[in-house]
Amino acid sequence: MTLSLEQVTHIAELARLALTDEEKERFRDQLSAILDYAARLQEIDTSAIPPMANVLPVDTVMRDDVARLGLPPEQILANSPDQEDNMFRVPVILE
Amino acid sequence: MTQYEPVIGLEVHAEMLTESKMFCACPVVDSTEAPPNTTVCPVCTAQPGVLPVINRQAVEYGIKVGLALNCTINEFNQFARKSYFYPDLPKGYQISQYEHPLASNGWLDIDVDDETRRIGITRAHLEEDTGKNIHMGSSSLVDLNRAGVPLLEIVSEPDMRSVEEVEAYARKLRAILVYLGVNHGDMSKGVLRFEANISVRPTGSDEMNTRTEIKNLNSIRSLVRASQYEIARQIKLVESGGQVIQQTMGFNEESGKTTVQRSKEYADDYRYFPEPDLPPLNIDRAWVAAIEKTLPELPDAKRERFIDELGLSVQDAGVLVADKATAEYFEAALKADVDAKTVANWVTGELFRLMNAAGVEIEQVKVTPEALVDLIKLVEAETINNNTAKEVLEAMFETGHSAGEIVKEQGLAQISDSSALEAIIEQVLEANPEPVEKYLGGKEGLFGWLVGQVMKETRGQANATVVNQIMRERLEGMRKA
Ligand SMILES: [Zn+2]
Repeated sequence: MTLSLEQVTHIAELARLALTDEEKERFRDQLSAILDYAARLQEIDTSAIPPMANVLPVDTVMRDDVARLGLPPEQILANSPDQEDNMFRVPVILE
Repeated sequence: MTQYEPVIGLEVHAEMLTESKMFCACPVVDSTEAPPNTTVCPVCTAQPGVLPVINRQAVEYGIKVGLALNCTINEFNQFARKSYFYPDLPKGYQISQYEHPLASNGWLDIDVDDETRRIGITRAHLEEDTGKNIHMGSSSLVDLNRAGVPLLEIVSEPDMRSVEEVEAYARKLRAILVYLGVNHGDMSKGVLRFEANISVRPTGSDEMNTRTEIKNLNSIRSLVRASQYEIARQIKLVESGGQVIQQTMGFNEESGKTTVQRSKEYADDYRYFPEPDLPPLNIDRAWVAAIEKTLPELPDAKRERFIDELGLSVQDAGVLVADKATAEYFEAALKADVDAKTVANWVTGELFRLMNAAGVEIEQVKVTPEALVDLIKLVEAETINNNTAKEVLEAMFETGHSAGEIVKEQGLAQISDSSALEAIIEQVLEANPEPVEKYLGGKEGLFGWLVGQVMKETRGQANATVVNQIMRERLEGMRKA
């Protein structure tokens, strides 16, 4: 199965990636190959198997509603490339 | 010409009033007040390697809402990732519920123009709120205090057919959330947000036409205005031969118009898949049954009881139960031995008038329910008459003083003492010989005028019943003489 260029463009947009035409072609081939490989799983008949929700043999894990302070703003912001007034500064968002 | 009707469904996002966030222990705070990024931790800021854990109280609140909206509480729950990129969503996905929501298939009855309409509830599911962006012109600032606050999304069927129904639905749902104690209903704090899905069609047809979605409506007033504008826009478009395009719209408060945010080419593609970090959640039936037992009396049941047991009018009962705090105020007053209808009249009449004029909610009113009862008792004991009582209530409303204090301070006690009134009546009769003569000559209407002069002399404090009685006796005596 080969992805269309439109599909590649759509996926790039969803991932907020700006791709050149050359990159779109290159990633179309690469993505198509990956999807073909994964598509082998479709050959297995799973009609009688319930969907697996989780790989761990546990369910229904909940915690009590007890509040506890996390980290101070300086620590949370320590790795941010840019900040102002204890807030993360990001490129302008168009509303 | 063809008449058109709107077809409207609502999505309501309600923050759950828990102590801690949905998937981490950070405190839930007033996100409009708290200093930025002071209630954050590695989980709600998406640091590598962290894991979410479900808040039991948030689930319990969600179940409460589901039950109150007559939903099925689903046994099997699964959280899902809803992927999109936005700076207020640190993980790049929101943990939500998709195929397996907490509650589904319920309904909510609303009353519009003395008619009850049943609006279907498609589902209610748990998710986490996003942070907040502050736009600064050349850049945006991100505060993550709100990121991860438990959110219940309540989705209705497209069952509403007018803006009045939309407003009634929003108000009723808000009231129920407040009654349940899961949300404080203060929309200025952003704890309740609306999205409207709107299409139009020829009145009475069962077509389902292309709809638009208006996002981020932060007050009932905005919801109403945006819906009105969008319905009119679509009808005008269709009438002029145009076609409604599936779009996501925003509402501009200043211009009062809806504007396109995204059109279908950029339609949401959230790529939902089961959240691998959270095992499935099975809702124990015994837990649901136990929660059901804790449900408080909800607005409809309370209204029925006010009508059936207290004899209130449908109108008064409806007004009193529409807001939880008002209902509580009314019921607190009834703890005293006092006539329910009289209390209802005072609350929905004079008290509401004073509240509207001052622009305050019942929580801020200085007149306690007990103080209101004391005022009513003074009227019943004929210490003051009804008109004076209105003045006294106004003074109570302003000062917070008791009715007794105000009556004493301002010398407002009603004059019921007949000898005092007899003297005043004598004065009035002597001062107005002409009207008296005309009355005796057959102009019966002047009786009221003469009584009015007595009320004037006593600054309205005379007991009208006693004045009427003495005045009639005196005049009849003069007629005979
Ligand atoms: Zn946190």
